[in-house]
Amino acid sequence: MSPAEATAAGNQSKGTIRVVQLYPRDMNIYGDWGNALVLQRRIAWHGYTPELLEYNVGDPFPDGVDIIVGGGGQDSGQLVIQDDLQARAGELKELAEDGAPMLVICGLYQLFGRFFKTRTGAVIPGIGVLDVETHGTDERLIGNVKVSTTEFGEVLGYENHSGQTTLGSGVRPLGTVAKGTGNNSNDGHEGARYRNIVASYLHGSLLPKNPAIADFLIRTAAERKFGSFSPGDPDDTYAVLARDHAARRPR
Amino acid sequence: MVFFSVPLGKLVRRVSRLRGGGSALPGLVVEKIDPGFMRRTLTTLPHGVAVVSGTNGKTTTTKMVVELLESQGLKVFTNRTGSNFTRGVAAALLGEVDWRGRLDADVAVLELDEAHAVHFVNSVPPRYCLLLNVLRDQLDRFGEIDKTAQLLQHIAAKTTGTVVLNREDPRVARIAETLTGQEVKYFGLDDSLLETFPNDDDMRAAPGSPAPAGLPEKPAADVVLRKVGADSAEFEYDGGTVTTAMKLRGVYNIFNAAAALTLARSICGAGAATANHATLLEALSRVAPAFGRGESLTVDGQPLDLVLVKNPSGFRLGLKSFPAGGYATMIAINDNYADGRDMSWLWDVEFDSLRAGGVEVLTGSRAYDMALRLQYDDVRIGAVQPEIPAALAAFIREGQGKPKRIFCTYTAMLAIRRELSKITTVEVVS
Repeated sequence: MSPAEATAAGNQSKGTIRVVQLYPRDMNIYGDWGNALVLQRRIAWHGYTPELLEYNVGDPFPDGVDIIVGGGGQDSGQLVIQDDLQARAGELKELAEDGAPMLVICGLYQLFGRFFKTRTGAVIPGIGVLDVETHGTDERLIGNVKVSTTEFGEVLGYENHSGQTTLGSGVRPLGTVAKGTGNNSNDGHEGARYRNIVASYLHGSLLPKNPAIADFLIRTAAERKFGSFSPGDPDDTYAVLARDHAARRPR
Repeated sequence: MVFFSVPLGKLVRRVSRLRGGGSALPGLVVEKIDPGFMRRTLTTLPHGVAVVSGTNGKTTTTKMVVELLESQGLKVFTNRTGSNFTRGVAAALLGEVDWRGRLDADVAVLELDEAHAVHFVNSVPPRYCLLLNVLRDQLDRFGEIDKTAQLLQHIAAKTTGTVVLNREDPRVARIAETLTGQEVKYFGLDDSLLETFPNDDDMRAAPGSPAPAGLPEKPAADVVLRKVGADSAEFEYDGGTVTTAMKLRGVYNIFNAAAALTLARSICGAGAATANHATLLEALSRVAPAFGRGESLTVDGQPLDLVLVKNPSGFRLGLKSFPAGGYATMIAINDNYADGRDMSWLWDVEFDSLRAGGVEVLTGSRAYDMALRLQYDDVRIGAVQPEIPAALAAFIREGQGKPKRIFCTYTAMLAIRRELSKITTVEVVS
């Protein structure tokens, strides 16, 4: 336990927030760990006690989940988790509908949707938590991305995907791309929002440079569990400077 | 056309050297007007061509193989300039052939980047290949790590003689199953050293979670690295173990020495029959690290180590191989095209080992990303200065009397070397 966590775990802790990483063994690429680490640290910086759990294929599903975070994977990783994810569809849907905050990036964004149709026509079913569908393409969308959002201000990250996602009427986009491509090469949208789920193609990792999204997940978790959220005072000086710099880098 | 291509290419090479231009242009010229040039020239070599590829360690390993073969009296052609793509090879060839296009060498040992190696082997099938590892690097170019493994598999499939594989990297070792005609040899690690080589699949895996399936049972390796001492290493081959002094630092460099030995033994003929092991080991003990790969310079009478970090595995190995204690540390992260634009990989590296001493200076175009990364690992940060010359000057000034170490991405290293060459002796790299 780091010093910061030790303090939070002491007498003044405002309560425990349980974060579950979905399939970190098979769906963890491009620094997805950074998202889990940021949640863990910021929960402590806000004065709560973080509890970080991993859920991998075949594990018993943890109780009392407060935040879910899931990452991207390679095609091989998606195949490995596919059946297990279907078996957990019920639990995940229930949590989503109940307002549990979730962050799903890239591969798990796609699989939280209705389906992924590969270039060869094979259809990989998703779990339908999000009203989105994804189609495989030959084109790989790679590079720095800048997204304008109403909820979180400017969101910065890095995309690397060949699946292109289209949103249905049941979800709204996370934002509109100002640089980069986002969900697909047509409509200028990036990511999806549904209840307290934030879905996005952006790596970077996403949360370190976008603390507004991290704090949204933590606030929502605290409100859902304790009825209210009393924030701490994290020092975001480096995040602000890193954002300034990242926004100016070429695609 | 063919008769003119070599003199013309050599001419372009001279002109572009005079202009101080890049090393690949003459290669491009000769490739355009005479696509068969490389194949024709290289297939005449008595021992053929050996290709070295993989994510990490190509440059140092290639350097070792060359020096090992030279110790056996072979004349070796190699692409020394670090132009590890096809045109770079053609350009290097132009510098070595005579005006009639003949190459005076016994064997060619070529370092090739995974994607370019595929092009190269399609036009020049090598007699040998050495495949080092598949790690997360430049995924913004290759897409996925499994895709990178497929590139290496293609190199192996095009090889006509011996394929040398890393037994400890499951994605590389598994290539053996796909091969039919080739002889396969492995280089391996003692079990006791395995944990010092975290592979990408172990990254962030839960304690005790099963590793992805490697080979069902480990095959025997031609050369096994048994032990690593402060400046020595113990290798096992031909049923015996030998200890040799090593100038190379860092366990991963020394593991690549096992790779180089395996390839050199294949080329010279394994066993005592042809290769002279006394001279091989002597040569191995003298190999100095390649440009920026654990290179040590002297500044103000104190050592200054440059450690190139290109990907999470390389950074983790660097942190593990060069303990921070007693050293002043600087980290320089650029995101130019040659470094890769994506910064996500910094989040796959754990920086706990720097927590005790902190980091004196952060620099490079992504200095603030690095600062943010260290903040989340509770590592103390001295100064953040994106401009490399100013950061380096401050680091040297404030670290007076202390040995220093700089972890740097590729283009940051070039900038640092340029600055350092003003105050100390730095090997010039063309």
